[in-house]
Amino acid sequence: MQRVAEAIKVEFGEQVEIIEKSAKRIFVYIDKKKIKNIIHFLFVDLGARFSTASGIDDPGYFEILYHMAFDKEGMFVTVKTQINKSDPEIDSITSIVPGAEWIEREIHELLGIKFKGHPNLKRLLLADDWPEGVYPLRKEFPQVRRE
Amino acid sequence: MARKIIPIGPYHPLLEEPEYFKFTVEGETVVGAEVSIGYNHRGIEKLAEAKTYEQVTFLVERICGICSTSHPFAYIQAVEDAAGISVPDRAGYIRTIIGELERIHSHLLWVGLASHFIGYNTVFMWAWRYREPVLDIFEKISGNRNHYGMFKVGGVRRDIKKENIPELLETLKEVEKFVSMITKAVLDDPVLHARLKGVGALSNKDATDLCVLGPTARASGIPIDIRKDHPYAAYDKIEWDMIVMQEGDVFAKAAVRLLESMESIKIIRQCLKGMPEGPIDNEDIDIIPGEGIGLHEAPRGEVFHYVRTGSGPYPERHKIRAPSFMNVPSFKKTVIGQTLADAALITAAVDPCYCCTERMIATDPDNRLIAQGKDLIRLSQEKTERVKRKLRGK
Repeated sequence: MQRVAEAIKVEFGEQVEIIEKSAKRIFVYIDKKKIKNIIHFLFVDLGARFSTASGIDDPGYFEILYHMAFDKEGMFVTVKTQINKSDPEIDSITSIVPGAEWIEREIHELLGIKFKGHPNLKRLLLADDWPEGVYPLRKEFPQVRRE
Repeated sequence: MARKIIPIGPYHPLLEEPEYFKFTVEGETVVGAEVSIGYNHRGIEKLAEAKTYEQVTFLVERICGICSTSHPFAYIQAVEDAAGISVPDRAGYIRTIIGELERIHSHLLWVGLASHFIGYNTVFMWAWRYREPVLDIFEKISGNRNHYGMFKVGGVRRDIKKENIPELLETLKEVEKFVSMITKAVLDDPVLHARLKGVGALSNKDATDLCVLGPTARASGIPIDIRKDHPYAAYDKIEWDMIVMQEGDVFAKAAVRLLESMESIKIIRQCLKGMPEGPIDNEDIDIIPGEGIGLHEAPRGEVFHYVRTGSGPYPERHKIRAPSFMNVPSFKKTVIGQTLADAALITAAVDPCYCCTERMIATDPDNRLIAQGKDLIRLSQEKTERVKRKLRGK
């Protein structure tokens, strides 16, 4: 556990803020410009498994959480990054983790965040006749549609 | 050679996840593959943001009909992780029993269908016949054969009565007898070796890159299992082995599932015998703002739930990731270069979509029908016959 947190600290220094919630859960805050660097470091150098990513609509900004599993250590490192609402765009990590292709497509259509460098950013889950520019996971999208 | 496009799917009543596969074939060989999903997208993550923590347990149980307990299992752990809620030991044992029973019945279901595809209809009937006693155990414990409603944040809803345990052990013995028989039959059958080995192999490198999970990963030599790596419930108090194979082909995937079912029986027996006395439920539940991750090794692999709790009665965000989300894309690596007769079996081997095959329709570029689902199953069964004859000829 310490090994992973230490390694991240050594590699990224001031660029990251690390919060150790418990022995099994670590949260790492990083600027979105550095997202490919840290995912490359965790996935390729440290051999983590990419579990999934969650996109969240927070007041003021979007947030993407990359959940990286360290199975041998029995722990999860969650990398958090914030995205500006006026220009929702971030680098795609699919060139590093091919398994992230689907989840990026999902976040793209449900939250409206663009992934730069994604090979195929078309719809995954929503119906073909779903209107353009309507993102159901955003908080402003109503739970119950009222006429 | 002329290329033909074969659409497969998307709907079938048995499917927990409708998918639409589009295979391009040259003669007998598959040269291209595409998939589209989302036909059954119900917006559960959005719905969960307007339901209380209690209600969400029931909501997520309805995500999947086959392994219905996997999602509540992961969800309650996510909430417990976020709010720091402890769970009584006895509840952990009961959770483990439910999780493992589910694995047995789900794997038997798969074995049955996979056998049908290659023309082993006797095994198909027997596998499903012995899935029944597993459902009987479920009924005894939870009152339901499916959708058990056993889980709640902080514990379980129903206790396993002491007087029922001998009967449950007896039924388990019956299941074990059959599972060990079928496991031996499959592992020793020369026809199955010839028919399934080398078919649709997923390399270790591809499996790592695509982050596949569960039996799909373990059959490709990746030793990951949430029950071992991130122990929860009673899994760290029980002795059992993780089954890993190296080949990554359909045979390895079948072998992993069968051998794993034997391990599940071992786990359930130890749990039933070693269950400590005590409460089954933590009454003191206070859901404070925070965030948590809940994991469960479902029959198909890791189920991942992320819950962010707030000050209100509803989750602020609830992210759900089922294992098939990671496993299904692997078919692109496994199906290309294989024959059409094997395409059904290979897509079935990751266990999300065996039922698609009954919806398979092959057409030429002008959309004229050339082969339907039953033809593809027939192609697969005929190949088994050829393999059999060849083996007999030797």
